[in-house]
Amino acid sequence: MQYVDEFRDPELAKTLLAHIRHKVSAIAKASERPLQLMEVCGGHTHAIYKFGIDQLLPPEIEFVHGPGCPVCVLPMGRIDGCIEIAERPEVIFCTYGDAMRVPGRNGSLLDAKRRGADVRIVYSPLDTLTFAEQNPDKQVVFFGLGFETTMPSTALTLQQAKRRGLTNFSIFCQHITIIPTLRSLLEQPDVRIDGFLAPGHVSMVIGTTPYGFIAEDFHKPLVVTGFEPLDILQALAMLVDQIHDGRCEVENQYKRIVSQQGNALARKALDDVFELKESSEWRGLGSIAGSGVQLTPAYREFDAELRFNTQEHQEVADDPLARCGDVLTGRCKPNDCPLFGTRCTPQNAFGALMVSSEGACAAYYQYRRGLA
Amino acid sequence: MCLGVPGQIVAVGKDIHQLAQVDVCGVKRDVNIALICEGEPAELIGQWVLVHVGFAMSIINEEEAQATLEALMAMSVLEHEVGDFIGINAGADDAVR
Ligand code: SF4
Repeated sequence: MQYVDEFRDPELAKTLLAHIRHKVSAIAKASERPLQLMEVCGGHTHAIYKFGIDQLLPPEIEFVHGPGCPVCVLPMGRIDGCIEIAERPEVIFCTYGDAMRVPGRNGSLLDAKRRGADVRIVYSPLDTLTFAEQNPDKQVVFFGLGFETTMPSTALTLQQAKRRGLTNFSIFCQHITIIPTLRSLLEQPDVRIDGFLAPGHVSMVIGTTPYGFIAEDFHKPLVVTGFEPLDILQALAMLVDQIHDGRCEVENQYKRIVSQQGNALARKALDDVFELKESSEWRGLGSIAGSGVQLTPAYREFDAELRFNTQEHQEVADDPLARCGDVLTGRCKPNDCPLFGTRCTPQNAFGALMVSSEGACAAYYQYRRGLA
Repeated sequence: MCLGVPGQIVAVGKDIHQLAQVDVCGVKRDVNIALICEGEPAELIGQWVLVHVGFAMSIINEEEAQATLEALMAMSVLEHEVGDFIGINAGADDAVR
């Protein structure tokens, strides 16, 4: 496939690996303890395991799997809210497939479907508008979930719903934004990260400028990164070069998709439809100020939680043994969690990191179980 | 859920509210182009775009793609010349394919 196969060339991968090994061996601090490089995005976590990139790297480099997987940070209380709406008899509840198996207090959306709720997996939010038009006697609700990558498609769908005057369509808004969470992560004293691989497709929307504070205020190097093996290896080489040279800059490896200013049309749609919410809860990380969005007054009539007047679902305390938050911040590896592989498996997940194919625990379980 | 696939625009409607057709690996898909179309939709025909959840999210910058690959190839030639190939993982070929 064009723009995919070229970025998987094994010869070029070898070159990059040689470069990384060579450079890292000259970084003094890496010989004392491994460099911790955080791949923020779950798409990167998945690619790193799928292509075995972590096993090709020298021992001086360790990945920290960051909070950039919207399914992995989805709090139980939010799933409970979705289920409360989905179980109403007049509702067709539509979601991306990834969110189906995330456990809430009363099970997952999949469990609700088994109990008889009309829960449908959609590929695109546009499909939900068709459902609304075809089912005028039903209420169609879309579970709007994700970072700036999926936000514009939700925004455009809402703009269309408004233009078409749909009164039986609404969204359950769980859109969150990564920048405040990266800041709060960097402010925690015991989190030790030496550099960041920044999410390629969030950056395609927001551009590279919003990451400036990571280099300027926190003095960490950052490289915006694509999703093919050569993209990830090249970005690692760029990070290691920065650390080697003592530089802290925002660099862009994914220039074929990401520009400095991002996608202005997408951001315009976001400004029309969404506004910042005071604070949002992240599973495993707690509440983070300014990290989520809600609908603007002009679109509030499409807010499913207002339409169905749902209860405030309590923050649900996770099992104290679960170490989801520590995995998300690099304080431990998935298999250090006492529930890993026992009470928490992909078939019967306790934490959300075990559910999504982009979650660190699921990737670890699928590709690294048995290798110590 | 945040990945996308590259595809080439093969047909467009009259305005941005009509879906365009994108060829993704030989399969035609209907895709919304409102996030990438600033002028006439017809100008997009032949362009490569990144498709995500039914929306074209970004026009792929072909020159930048080429420049990235050329930089990698130049690096490869250089590394060969320096003979700096110590300790390459024997499994590398299989794992990165
Ligand atoms: S194994 Fe399960 S409970 Fe433990 S950190 Fe991973 S997702 Fe959380």
